[in-house]
Amino acid sequence: MHSMKNKSLVSITDFSKEEYLRILDLAGEFERKPGQPLLQGYIVATLFFEPSTRTRLSFESAVNRLGGKIIGFSDSANTSVSKGETLNDTIKIVSNYCDLIVMRHPLEGSARYASEVSGVPVINAGDGANQHPSQTLLDLYSIKKTQGRLDNLCIYLVGDLKYGRTVHSLIMAMSKFNTTFHFISPEELKIPNEYKIYLDSLGLKYFEHSDFTDIIDEADIVYMTRVQKERFSDPIEYEKTKNAYVLRADMLKKSKPNMRILHPLPRVNEIHTDVDPSEKAYYFTQALNGVYTRQAIITSILGLK
Amino acid sequence: MNDKKQLKVSAIKEGTVIDHIPAQNLFKVISILRLDKIHTQITFGTNLESKRLGSKAIIKISEIFFHDAEINKIALVAPDAKLNIIKDYEVVEKKVVEVPDEIVGIVKCFNPQCITNHEKITTRFTVVNKKEVSMKCHYCEKITDSEHMEII
Ligand SMILES: [Zn+2]
Repeated sequence: MHSMKNKSLVSITDFSKEEYLRILDLAGEFERKPGQPLLQGYIVATLFFEPSTRTRLSFESAVNRLGGKIIGFSDSANTSVSKGETLNDTIKIVSNYCDLIVMRHPLEGSARYASEVSGVPVINAGDGANQHPSQTLLDLYSIKKTQGRLDNLCIYLVGDLKYGRTVHSLIMAMSKFNTTFHFISPEELKIPNEYKIYLDSLGLKYFEHSDFTDIIDEADIVYMTRVQKERFSDPIEYEKTKNAYVLRADMLKKSKPNMRILHPLPRVNEIHTDVDPSEKAYYFTQALNGVYTRQAIITSILGLK
Repeated sequence: MNDKKQLKVSAIKEGTVIDHIPAQNLFKVISILRLDKIHTQITFGTNLESKRLGSKAIIKISEIFFHDAEINKIALVAPDAKLNIIKDYEVVEKKVVEVPDEIVGIVKCFNPQCITNHEKITTRFTVVNKKEVSMKCHYCEKITDSEHMEII
């Protein structure tokens, strides 16, 4: 079953539910046995046209654990790109030098375009505000691992639901698993209508809240995101809301025993540090899961698993 | 010729008449159909009276017959356009235009952060709503609606 072989991973909607589940199973295999030298003799290019240290290190760690070699750049400042080379030319040239490209780029749609001009598969490690599918897959892996399943869960999404691309991709992915959603956000950062229309079309249940106090008792997963100042047209609104969407340890008292807290990181103040010692705080382990998930994605695409 | 309004622009022997184009979009239709590259006789009439459109334009193109896929591209700017196919001065067929499912290379993506607005790339959209035309960019996945639509 090599349906993902040689296929680029650009958008979370590129793959079917079965393909997700296969990646998650494989990620579990890599968690049990991380050092599998499947990439010996392979070269992976990590092209980061804008810096993202955590994502790049996670991919590079995955490639290293698999025994592959890495070429690339972590910032386009000192490359031919800064001399005005087009993305088309950079990708065409680099795809001669490697077996797989991992790319982060500030412009939306850049990864789709790269996948069309590249001679080797492309993994999108973030194209502007558009997609970041390996993040979504590691979120799914974390949910499955902590809950033992993906079906019929109750997920609370908190914070910036308007601009947060991780939130949007997670909704698209989890909508395949009969999820009940709770959306908690300030008025200015509410979930866009297109997602509500989409969930309606699937007959899925969702609830919107503006108050983040004692409402997470039913949650299986609480997914926290950053509320960024630059998203507010009115700075006074930001000052009023910035402390209203903060998770604190006392809010966990009546939460379900299986409940786990996720966050794509980095966090600012939206999860109080008094939550960190709780067994329900899963965000640091979630980041570790990223390496296993990326090992799974890379080996699937190269047809090695 | 039984339509008096059509008489305002001279009749053609063989070819295609495109009627009911909103006057303000005449030049967009010309550019979408690349009429500037055609060497046969073409006559235009514009700012003609129209009960439905207020002010309409009409194009008569001699000796040219368009494929449906080609002509449907103008549905974005002239959704009410009506085509008359002329053979030997007679209307032998009437057609209306239909918004296509996919739009390639005609519309600019509305998203300034889209790669297509930064590199020389042919735009591609999937039409998500045909009534009030809106389309999803194949690259950045954002929606461009008729209000923000700009013809390249
Ligand atoms: Zn676009």
